Amino acid sequence: MRVLVCAKQVPEVTDVQVDPETGTLNRDGVASILNPFCEYAMDLALDLKKGMDDVEIVVLSMGPPQARAALMRCLEMGADRAILVTDRRFAGADTWATALTISKIVEKLDKVDLILVGKHAIDGDTAQVGPELAECLNIPQVTYAVGLELDEKRRRVRVRRETDRGHQVVQMRLPGLVSVSKGAALRRVCSFQDILEARRKELITMTADDLGVDESELGLKGSLTQVVKIFPPVEREAGRVVDGTNPPLAARQVVEFLKDKHFV
Amino acid sequence: MLVVDSKACTGCKLCEKNCPFSAMIVVEGTAKALENCTLCGACMNVCSEHAIQIERAQASPEELARYSGVFIWAECEEHGDRLVPKKVVLELLHEGRRLAEQLGEQVKVLVLTDGRPVDLDPLFAHGADGVIRYENKLLDRYSTDAYTTVVSGIIAAKKPSVFLLGATPDGRDLAPRVAARLKLGLTADCTMLEINEDRQLVQTRPAFGGNIMASILTPFSRPQMATVRPNVFQVGDAAPGRTGEVEDFEVTLNKGAVRTRLLEVEAVVEEAVESIENARVIVAAGQGCQALENLSLIRELAEELGGSMAGSRPIVEAGWIPHTIQVGQSGTTVSPDLYIAVGISGAVQHVVGMSGSRTIVAINNDPEAPIFKVADIGIVGDAMEILPVLIREIREAKAAA
Repeated sequence: MRVLVCAKQVPEVTDVQVDPETGTLNRDGVASILNPFCEYAMDLALDLKKGMDDVEIVVLSMGPPQARAALMRCLEMGADRAILVTDRRFAGADTWATALTISKIVEKLDKVDLILVGKHAIDGDTAQVGPELAECLNIPQVTYAVGLELDEKRRRVRVRRETDRGHQVVQMRLPGLVSVSKGAALRRVCSFQDILEARRKELITMTADDLGVDESELGLKGSLTQVVKIFPPVEREAGRVVDGTNPPLAARQVVEFLKDKHFV
Repeated sequence: MLVVDSKACTGCKLCEKNCPFSAMIVVEGTAKALENCTLCGACMNVCSEHAIQIERAQASPEELARYSGVFIWAECEEHGDRLVPKKVVLELLHEGRRLAEQLGEQVKVLVLTDGRPVDLDPLFAHGADGVIRYENKLLDRYSTDAYTTVVSGIIAAKKPSVFLLGATPDGRDLAPRVAARLKLGLTADCTMLEINEDRQLVQTRPAFGGNIMASILTPFSRPQMATVRPNVFQVGDAAPGRTGEVEDFEVTLNKGAVRTRLLEVEAVVEEAVESIENARVIVAAGQGCQALENLSLIRELAEELGGSMAGSRPIVEAGWIPHTIQVGQSGTTVSPDLYIAVGISGAVQHVVGMSGSRTIVAINNDPEAPIFKVADIGIVGDAMEILPVLIREIREAKAAA
């Protein structure tokens, strides 16, 4: 059985700002990490593999050459092999062009039973590439998973998913795609041994030439949406700050404020 | 254009059975599309041999201009034996109405039901010119496959210029499926929509956890599709008695095309999310509350002010509260009249989910906490010492009044 995890390298988003003068994104000196929700997808893949020797976890990342670091992290966590999908011709891809590109790679892999993705990446926050990928591959999907179970015949998975009202349990035929919103509660620290082993695992690179797709379908050219402007969000004006070392005094000031605003 | 690879096609008739418009037939062992084909893509999705391709050539500006209408998906929830449109649908109607008037186009709502009656009056009262209704017992619960097939079929046949869905869990599950099936551009989780001088939809959304805003266009495909974050736009005033036409749409939906099955539903407290979406007052707890037991103080304060309790992501992760009442980028966006943040530092991902609140009060022991930058009044101090006194003072003030 083959499980494919799609992973994305993202900037530590709290450090990304728009330069108010030039209106461009300032990412200088911002650290890159493996998207936390992709890490959760890895957690569920590793859970599934537990006690099953014939499950292979392949991890794929589309991004700049530096995205290799995110793949190494997945290999250290326990993925079996990795594919870096990188090419300048992919630059500027929107969610559609990204999904199409990844789908072409998946079609090249021999038989994938289950695809696990993070529910969204913390930089783009779109949650679109997973479902668009599933549609490109004509396979079913379950989104916002917090856990999954394989049936005995390995033809279906039972997925527990978050909704805005609570949880659902959904059964899905394989092959299929699951987007993951929660993983392991405690993160296992990778050992020195894990790091050494990861370095010995296969990590191949694929480019636009490996896809067999017209260049007009890739990157910015193949994108259906265009970002025309970025700008900093409008900030609220800060109000007054009260010293809370004397709780009764501070509380009274807040109550006065709430009275003025007719909340009390 | 729909192309069948006659070598790959086995003549299995899956496409014939699953075509929503009965526009595919198998003749002499090979599939063939008839003239009424809408290019909705359902056949391509079910073909196990990958024998069907739809080539979507880039449309000219003249062709794009022929698309007309602002369409909205009416996501419904169960109220007894009726289906009622979610609040976000009314928000979308108010916003969609404004866009449609600028464009000189109509607002239509897609209503999918398994046969249960749907409240259509609020849709008309809030701005719909028409309803396109589709009924099939396979739609008793949301499923990606069934909803994608029906919605793609309607969109492919009706050709609107704009299609909006609420950025709810199911809305964000459905929209990218439909977009990819029809090869349409899609923008996620918008918080601002405008029409520009070229009659294009300018879709603005937060990215990088709320640190930046991005404005996005969909120049080459129609409809321009976007999901819209709930609780950002206002529900407009209702015009009771306003009506419109209801069109019952006819498409075929085959059971075999639905590859998932809903086995169980567990609601956390049924009112939980509704309570924070509609609350006038919210008291939200963060990590600074230190222990699960302390949440009783938060609840008490919320009750005293006639409001609801919510929380930030860390305390959801810690299992103190359910994810349904999480405020922030990966939870719910709220805009109450009063938001009291207790022990919440105010990371940008949290602030983006509550900065639309009319009045913000913050209590935190760190004077540098970013929450104070958005608060109208902030107390620097130990929340667990201040809350009991605050609750008592409010009670006294109420008693005196």
